[in-house]
Amino acid sequence: MDQPSGRRRFLKSVIAMGAVGLPAPGQADEAHAQHAPPGVPAASAQTSAAPPRAYMFLTPPEVAFVEAAAARLIPADELGPGAKEAGVAYFIDQQLFGAYGTMAKKYRQGPWPEGTPQQGYQSPLTPQEVYRAAIRESNLYCRRQYGKTFDELAPEQQDQVLRGLDEGKIALESVPSRFFFDLLLANTQEGFFADPVYGGNRNKIGWKLVGFPGVPAVYTDHIEKYNVPYLVEPVSIADVQQNLTQGDEHGHPQHVRLSRDR
Amino acid sequence: MAATTLKPVDVVLVGVGLTGTIMAKELAEAGLTVVGLERGRFRDTYPDFALPNAHDELKYVRRHELMQDLSRETITFRNAMGETALPMRELGSFLPGEGVGGAAVHWGGLTWRFLPWDFETRSRTIARYGQDQLAADCTSQDWGITYAELEPSFDRFEYLYGISGKAGNIKGTIQPGGNPFEGPRAREYPNPPLKTTFAGSLFRKAAASMGYQPFPVPTGALSRGYTNPYGATINACVYCGYCQFFACEMGAKASPQTAVLPVLLHNKNFTLRTLTNVVKVNLDSARRRALSVTYVDSRGREFEQPAELVVLTSYVLNNVRLMLLSGIGRPYDPVRNRGVVGRNYAYQTPSAVTLFFEDKVFNQFMGAGGLGIAIDEFNGDNFDHSGLGFIGGGFFSAASTGARPIGVRPVPAGTPRWGSAWKKAVAHYFNRSFPITVQGACQSYRTNYLDVDPTYRDAYGLPLLRMTFDRHDNEHKMSVYLTNKAAEIAKAIGPSKMNVNPRTGKYTIVPYQSTHNTGGAIMGADPATSAVNKYSQSWDVPNVFVIGASAFPQNGGYNPTGTVGALTYFAVEAIRTRYLKRPGQLLT
Repeated sequence: MDQPSGRRRFLKSVIAMGAVGLPAPGQADEAHAQHAPPGVPAASAQTSAAPPRAYMFLTPPEVAFVEAAAARLIPADELGPGAKEAGVAYFIDQQLFGAYGTMAKKYRQGPWPEGTPQQGYQSPLTPQEVYRAAIRESNLYCRRQYGKTFDELAPEQQDQVLRGLDEGKIALESVPSRFFFDLLLANTQEGFFADPVYGGNRNKIGWKLVGFPGVPAVYTDHIEKYNVPYLVEPVSIADVQQNLTQGDEHGHPQHVRLSRDR
Repeated sequence: MAATTLKPVDVVLVGVGLTGTIMAKELAEAGLTVVGLERGRFRDTYPDFALPNAHDELKYVRRHELMQDLSRETITFRNAMGETALPMRELGSFLPGEGVGGAAVHWGGLTWRFLPWDFETRSRTIARYGQDQLAADCTSQDWGITYAELEPSFDRFEYLYGISGKAGNIKGTIQPGGNPFEGPRAREYPNPPLKTTFAGSLFRKAAASMGYQPFPVPTGALSRGYTNPYGATINACVYCGYCQFFACEMGAKASPQTAVLPVLLHNKNFTLRTLTNVVKVNLDSARRRALSVTYVDSRGREFEQPAELVVLTSYVLNNVRLMLLSGIGRPYDPVRNRGVVGRNYAYQTPSAVTLFFEDKVFNQFMGAGGLGIAIDEFNGDNFDHSGLGFIGGGFFSAASTGARPIGVRPVPAGTPRWGSAWKKAVAHYFNRSFPITVQGACQSYRTNYLDVDPTYRDAYGLPLLRMTFDRHDNEHKMSVYLTNKAAEIAKAIGPSKMNVNPRTGKYTIVPYQSTHNTGGAIMGADPATSAVNKYSQSWDVPNVFVIGASAFPQNGGYNPTGTVGALTYFAVEAIRTRYLKRPGQLLT
């Protein structure tokens, strides 16, 4: 029943992302072109910059849910774009598909009593399974309560649902609701601030918001400049690998100062 | 499956990290054949720690690239004996390393000497305040070694790792600009302190105005290039702000990779075997002598490595576990307060004050491991504890150790956890805040201990180590007192807001606190209450040495690494000069 509309929404959101956050090969990060080293033709660097991106774990209704939730957790507002525009849903998809989603480096043997809060993560479910179950159950709640899925609700209603999960007032079947909410919030913040190589923090939206320079430069000459802002174009891992920045023999990029800098 | 027995060697080391590499270097140099068994992989400055990938916050801080793979082995945890311990399924509170170099690859660099008082906690407390100052179930005790005995070993370790700092007490003469509370040292640090950040300068000024004596934190992030007595060169730090949780791309953080391995790996007496997991130390039938260790390699093959000397040089928790699984020494029984292995597990009691400003920027994304200005007025017994209801303390420091936005983006208390208000606070305060951290000590108690879990097992089918731990009233009272003192300094600096967060309530294994686990194979003068003597030698099986913070009877108000390094040199010196001439119990 919700399949066709879900798929439509998914397609719409993918198209929207192409326009906002996911640059097509030709349009990759204008900012980099400004400080590409003179020897590297900008066009050749750009053609390798943006491999095709596709969802690997989340289903279309799940993408719609995560995008809608991310847009409320870190909203687009007067300070600039938020988690949705930063591609956090795609980031979460990639994380869930990989080692994190399957708890590859974590202890997975039972038995699985719930334990005390001090004992931490004790769910038999992996993050993959937590998202799958909790999104479905959250949407069931929204349908019962509002007659719509989460992504179809008005922003104020979405906030109400998120608060209900955050405060543990909405009961989910498979996991404690706060457990799911904490995971979703942590992953959203990770996707907003992690290096763009993971698919989130598009156009370094998160880093630009807080003034974080990304891959570090040599700061020996700056560390004792007291109360002097250090405003630079942030540098990502891909920027360095693709020689879009100039660097020293240890790989530290030379940060390009923004004109606002004094 | 039958184990293949290998050719006997003189020494087998379990774990090739900070303590293992020093042991290996010293013993191989003495002409012994040494095999180092390391369960993780080989790692080196290049290419493993190269930029840009090595400074990726998600990968290293959140996904724990350099840390223990819990899918193979973890611990179980509970707050109290009446609870059921459950596995630590993901890393949180502490982060043991895995691979060559161990946790000394991702350590934060702070390199302290414990105070003379720390080594005599129990007797000095009773002498000054009387028996009642100690909680009834407190099992903190003297180490069986004094600071004065250990001083030359502290010195050797500091010169090996090229520590940057400022001496406060050289042979009894107080040095301006250093820590006046430290025990007397033979000479100045090998390298001068790091530069001072804006945060550090504000703290220094405020602390001095209140009559305290601020000084730079001693650290293994080096202020200049340095060639150590082994001939290894460590580079100068560039303040990139990715030190703790990360490996250093510059070779500027003192570590096995920078300070020891470049020389050790060329010594023909030393053999390194990576991806080998030691599952047991094999003893003779009387359990008085170790014969060999059994390990499983990366192809599932089982080997028995005979050796004259077995040295446990893995992390605290695995040192203790291997003793329990092998029957070295009597396991601790908390009900009867008898036995020694697993006894006096302790930790750290860290807390912090976060300062928020409207008109100042700190660029805290710049920084270095251990970079900070500290005071020591409220550490150990440097202040009068009469009527305070606790013992111990900790150093305070305005720290600039690198702020990265996934993990370090403080907001004033009362800020919503998400939404536009949260976003606004993060955007505003990311560069307008810094912390004053308090490295609180932790005493030992009868009910805090390590033993073998009855239910959960590792990838080899062996029982996990079980941790039973909570902080007690002493730690909570201490944390409140210290954190309020730190808040007074913060207030003098003049922030618009501050978060004051003492450590109270139940210990939880979830958020990161400190990789300063201690005890479980503690040293002491009495075999009835300690697992090893002051040379880190097992009382029960004298050809087994157990090196590391597992030997701390309780934890001081400092990072442990400096003291771990000193204990390592003290032990290896005794092995070289005395044990090799007459193998057997060094203290009789």
